[in-house]
Amino acid sequence: MHTSAWRKKLVSQKLLGLPPLAYLLIFFAVPTVIMLFASFRYAGDYGGLAPWYYYEQGSLSFDLTLENWQRLFETDIYLQLFLKSIAYAVLATLLCILLAYPLALMIARSPRRYRDLLLLLVILPFWSNFLVRIYAWMIIFSPSGALTHMLNSLLAIFGIAPISLMYSPTAVIVTLVYVHLPFMVLPLYANLEKHDPALLDAAQDLGASRWRRFWRITWPLSLPGVYAGSILVFIPVLGMFAIPELLGGTDGIMIANVIKQQFVESRDWPFGSVLSMVLTAAAVLVVLLGAKFGQQLGQSK
Amino acid sequence: MKRKNRLLKISALGVYSFLYLPLLIVVIYSFNDSKLNAEWVGFTWKWYDKLFNNREMLTAARNSLIIASASALIATLLGTLAGMTIHKYRLKLLPGLVIAPIAMPDILMGVSLLLFFIMLNMSLGLLSITLAHITFCIGFVALSVQARMSNIDRSLTEAARDLGATPWQCFRKITLPLLAPGIIAGALMAFTLSIDDFVITFFVAGVDSSTLPLQIYSMVKIAITPEVNAISTLLMLLTLILITLVAKLSPGALRS
Amino acid sequence: MLEIREVSRNFAGFNALDRVSLQIEAGEFFTLLGPSGCGKTTLLRLIAGFDQPDGGDILLDGKSIIATPPERRPLHTIFQNYALFPHMTVAENIAFPLRMVGCSETEIKQRVAEALQDVSLPDKGQQYPESLSGGQKQRIAIARALINRPRLLLLDEPLSALDAQLREQMQLELIKLQKEIGITFIYVTHDQGEALALSQRIAVMNSGRVAQVDEPSRLYEYPGNRFVADFIGQCNLLSGEVMQLQGERLLVNLQGLGEVQTITPANTSVDVGNQCTLTLRPEKIRISSKLEQGENEVHFKGAVHDMLYLGDVTVYKVELANGMLLEALLANSSAGRARLFEVGDPVEVAWGFDAGHLVMD
Repeated sequence: MHTSAWRKKLVSQKLLGLPPLAYLLIFFAVPTVIMLFASFRYAGDYGGLAPWYYYEQGSLSFDLTLENWQRLFETDIYLQLFLKSIAYAVLATLLCILLAYPLALMIARSPRRYRDLLLLLVILPFWSNFLVRIYAWMIIFSPSGALTHMLNSLLAIFGIAPISLMYSPTAVIVTLVYVHLPFMVLPLYANLEKHDPALLDAAQDLGASRWRRFWRITWPLSLPGVYAGSILVFIPVLGMFAIPELLGGTDGIMIANVIKQQFVESRDWPFGSVLSMVLTAAAVLVVLLGAKFGQQLGQSK
Repeated sequence: MKRKNRLLKISALGVYSFLYLPLLIVVIYSFNDSKLNAEWVGFTWKWYDKLFNNREMLTAARNSLIIASASALIATLLGTLAGMTIHKYRLKLLPGLVIAPIAMPDILMGVSLLLFFIMLNMSLGLLSITLAHITFCIGFVALSVQARMSNIDRSLTEAARDLGATPWQCFRKITLPLLAPGIIAGALMAFTLSIDDFVITFFVAGVDSSTLPLQIYSMVKIAITPEVNAISTLLMLLTLILITLVAKLSPGALRS
Repeated sequence: MLEIREVSRNFAGFNALDRVSLQIEAGEFFTLLGPSGCGKTTLLRLIAGFDQPDGGDILLDGKSIIATPPERRPLHTIFQNYALFPHMTVAENIAFPLRMVGCSETEIKQRVAEALQDVSLPDKGQQYPESLSGGQKQRIAIARALINRPRLLLLDEPLSALDAQLREQMQLELIKLQKEIGITFIYVTHDQGEALALSQRIAVMNSGRVAQVDEPSRLYEYPGNRFVADFIGQCNLLSGEVMQLQGERLLVNLQGLGEVQTITPANTSVDVGNQCTLTLRPEKIRISSKLEQGENEVHFKGAVHDMLYLGDVTVYKVELANGMLLEALLANSSAGRARLFEVGDPVEVAWGFDAGHLVMD
């Protein structure tokens, strides 16, 4: 019989987790609910939110509406913007996989004593300030910069008019990849590091060429790492506004820019909340899908 | 096999350059004696000089340090409790709540906290920023602590209890010393994250307060002066020091 | 001294311990022996206090201890991986139990020095555990556990991480230590050879139940059931049916072999028609190319099917006339006897009526 003393101890130990739980409930869960709630309110006269209840003839009435949500579907633009943001996110993720894979593979195959150092070198740029990393590309892409000069002189040889790299979707994608690359490298590395080199030896012994060995052994085994990294890249990219705002011009904006706009410039907070809820739903969906996929992968192995 | 290794090494080196070159450009041009980030004119300290005389910049830096210290302190406390509890018990709610702020796009947290603070009629300023920072820092500390805890052999705490230590003595003499690197690593990460945060701070800062990233943002939007390069370089240096410390203390913490 | 009364423990539907009852006397070297998953480590952890039983009670000197937290039970555990605190020196490790009860610094210093002397590692005090070898770590763990003179020492497969030679040496040291100090040892192992060598009494466990509790020699010579016979040492298990009761002896009809006489087992109820198993140790079987059938012996003809040279003995698997395999062994007591028979050689085997032990199914 579990004695009551034992059970009491278990409960009191679980209480240790209460402070962080309470904090996160208050400052994370509740605001999210408030955001959902705000999407059903009217915008205030000077921006912000209008009161959601009022007293009329002594009784309580609620002033809520669905019109913010209806606005979402009134025109195509928001849907298109969402699809465009998703497309950017997918593209950025694929490019990250492409760039991160050789790096992660090389580190995983390096002698053990160098691995931590090599990883640190990958992590360091990531930990430098977010804006600084964007700013660096602003310099590179600037119209007066060396890169643009070189590119345009090259294009001039072929008789193509000079282009501006700045304020374009290209600039946005490149910077998105740059900022999120380490997020792909780390999970991929964590997976690749666990691969048993004996498997590749066995495959070689049985006649597989280098490419075959990669494609049929390394790549399939690395898929869980690829999926983990993809989620870690896809979701933040989807919610990016600073990069499109600074580098995207009018062509390159993403859904998060509109959200920011609603909250800062237009001060239409209810509609901003609607857009935010859709973004939240999309992110949660991706996470759940990814978790399910990851489970399936894990089982089939 | 050797040829593939070389190809691999070259492409890896390429990616490393891709990562570092842009940052290098920022650093180099911070010493460039020219207003434009175009051609190299000459070496100068003047942008750094201007920086230290820039009132707004200094206030922003001071704010950032205050906020980061406070956030790191409280987030470390809460995050350590969370990390230990998650490690011991197979709970459902707490791990989810701890990870969620890190998993979701920043803008959602920024916006929802803005709504939250306004609904509470709270004025936006250093306090609101700090509260927001703590929310996402808890997760990182918890992960770092939890990773460290899973590396601690369970039989050590059992042995301590077996040899006569009460749960509190066991915690103080065995768990805490062994956990220390993970806690400190988490604290340093929280500090760095707080100093660097832009998106969430953007929404909850209100009109009067500014932090370093917000300052850089407004500078970049208005006019690109090499002062930005200078402050960026300094920030990078700070981050370099902090993260190297973290790496020394708890190599596993960074991976999570 | 320690009584385990009808103790049960379930893990998510899996019965780790099923109403186990044991009595352990003061000062004895008692071993829990069994294959992995039999519940021996679970039982040890219940005694130590790291877990609570779902049913039953554990009593020390007649008083229940299951409500007592581990730090207040007068017993200590030696862990399989030693569990030495890596951030403390060897001396601080050993001093730990004394610090927990608030001993004075001078007393601690003196007793730690003594303890180090006792385990023959007097100059390792200021070193850290990671610089010690496996055997040294084991000794420090023992010194740490014994320093405040507990009444009971629990040892959880402490020698499994050591290599064979060191293990034998440590086994002898443990026996000597236990005799010298005189405290009760409860030892857990899956290695039946180790159990036979070290213990005064062994509880053989299987799937959460106690199969048999007895002295090593009695477990070996008079196993109580098929499991114990099979688990301890090598054994031929011949199934059959009781045919006739003849007082001290009885007649059994063994499958495929015919009627054979054997000794009536003591303390067991036997009836004609009962299913039973004759347990026969390989070393009790005589094997030769031609045998004189002695009195009170059973005699069979067969051929060598397999042989295994083990250095000190050679094991022969003999195929009898009906296809059954019997395991016999011969000690290689003189050179040249090692390959007495080759595979395929015709041989004759015999055993005395009293060579086997009958267990009821």
